[in-house]
Formats: sequence, structure tokens, C-alpha cells
Amino acid sequence: MHDHDHDHGDNSLDPMTARVKALETILTEKGLVDPAALDAIIESVQTKIGPRNGAKVVARAWSDPDFAARLAEDATSAVAELGYSGRQGEHLQAVFNTQDTHNLVVCTLCSCYPWTVLGLPPVWYKSPPYRARAVRDPRGVLAEFGVTLPESTQIRVWDSTAELRYLVVPERPEGTEGLDEAALAELVTRDAMIGCGLAKVPA
Amino acid sequence: MNPPDTPTFDAPWQAQAFALAVALSDAGHFTWTEWSEALGARLNGPNAARDGSDYYDHWLENLVALLNAKGLALPEAIDTTAQAWQRAATATPHGKPIALSNDPKAQGAGSDNYHN
Repeated sequence: MHDHDHDHGDNSLDPMTARVKALETILTEKGLVDPAALDAIIESVQTKIGPRNGAKVVARAWSDPDFAARLAEDATSAVAELGYSGRQGEHLQAVFNTQDTHNLVVCTLCSCYPWTVLGLPPVWYKSPPYRARAVRDPRGVLAEFGVTLPESTQIRVWDSTAELRYLVVPERPEGTEGLDEAALAELVTRDAMIGCGLAKVPA
Repeated sequence: MNPPDTPTFDAPWQAQAFALAVALSDAGHFTWTEWSEALGARLNGPNAARDGSDYYDHWLENLVALLNAKGLALPEAIDTTAQAWQRAATATPHGKPIALSNDPKAQGAGSDNYHN
């Protein structure tokens, strides 16, 4: 047991940290992973991917009908035009909100999410209640996010998979005719691109 | 259901575990579909927290199980090496970087002692 007057040994690793370090040790020594690749992945998560990417995509689609058409046709290629490319085998589909149809994205299985344009999912997206209720009671879920849609609006729920992930293109708010793409992107929230919110109205 | 956003990772080990799974899949050791189906089985199982707070615990155990199934790393080797890391940490003076070679039981030998 611990001796309280020891002169060293103040460090300790919690079990999860020790377990991950063990995995890294083993996998690195076997040549199965490259530590530099791990660092690059973490750096990408922290600095390169995130909902600002998706907001730029949406703002471009609002501003450029040709781009919007390409986005609707093949979102993976369209977002690559802006420099956002996903990992191998991961396809993106853009779903466009209209007056009649509101789109909501979930992953009922686990947590599939369009990383390149939205970053990693928020904790609620990964939680069992959201994953279950988004399908069963989308209108109730939207109400909890403060979104109330007319009864006449149809809600389509898209269930993501490892191969196919969805980006919601919210409706362009009224009163934004004079705004450029950068200003428009400021109105596009992450929740709006999951379908749990609407684009912000300019102040 | 719509609490304030929490950080992407609550602790550095979660980021490392995330990166390990992505790197292994990128390197072709398993497909992301395989990964997602196995992870989903855990997240939808009886041991998953309602609020999703244990997401990366399941992530890590999913990784350990998949590595075992693929014969890439044995759970016993992971446990043994994790214990060595914990002993090394305890034996490392405060302020010094923790290195696996600081494990008193390693006795100067390489970390190859810990697995296979």
C-alpha cells in the first residue's frame, strides 16, 4: 500500500487512460497505427472539422442555385468543391427543408454523423432518448428544441448509417436578400443542419 | 434533451480512443460499418446510460473487443500493459514525463514483456 512519506510517486493514471495508453503501446509496436496519424486525426477534430464548414455549404447553396443543384445531386462532390472531403466510403446526402417538408437527422444505431461538415456529434445526439424518439415522436423532439412547425408541415426523419450521412439545408430566412455568403453562414446553426433547429433570423 | 453543449471530449483518453478507431479503420483493419454495428449493439444494450455520458466507455470496450476478434491485440495483453502503465506512473517522480520504462517490474527490459 501507499507510504505517505514517500519522496516520489505522486503520479497516477486512471484506469481508462492506462487502458488507452496500453492500446497505443501495443498497436504502435505492432505497426498497426502510426502515432503521427493519431495526432493528425485529433488535430483535425479540434481545428479542421466542425459546423462552420456545414454553415458555409448552406450559405453557398442559398446564394448559388447551381451549387444548390449540385449539392442536391451529389453532396459528397459538392462539399468537396469547398475543400471538405470525408473518409473513404462515406457518402453525404443533403436534404432540403421546404415550406411543406422539414427534415430531421438521427442515427438510431449509434452515432453516425457527417463529421467533415458538422464535426463530432453533440452528446444528446448520441443519447438513447434522442435516438429512439426522433423516429417515434419527431414533433415532440422538435418542440423540446423550441421548434414548432405548422401541422401541415410534413417531417421526414433520416436515419444515418456508416456509409450514408445527412446534412439538412434549412430554409433561407426572410429578410436576408442583401446578405453575402459570410453573413449568411452566421445564421446557420449546427442544430439547424441536424434539423433540430431553424436558421437564425438576422438581428 | 437539449442541454448545453458539452465538450467534444471530456478527457484526453477519449480523443485518443476516438483516433485509434478511426486510424485502424483508415488503415483497413475493419470497415466503419463493422465498427458502427458493433458500437450500436453496445449503445443499445442494457448497460448504456440514458444520457449518453458513457459513450466513450462503450467506444473503448468496442475497440478492445474488435481488436480481439480480429486477432490484432489480446485483452489479456491490454490489461497487462495497462497495469504496467499504472505502475510506471506511480513510480515516476512528479513533474517527470511518465514512460513505460519507469515500471519497476520492467527491470530495464523493453515493453515487449507485456504482450505476446
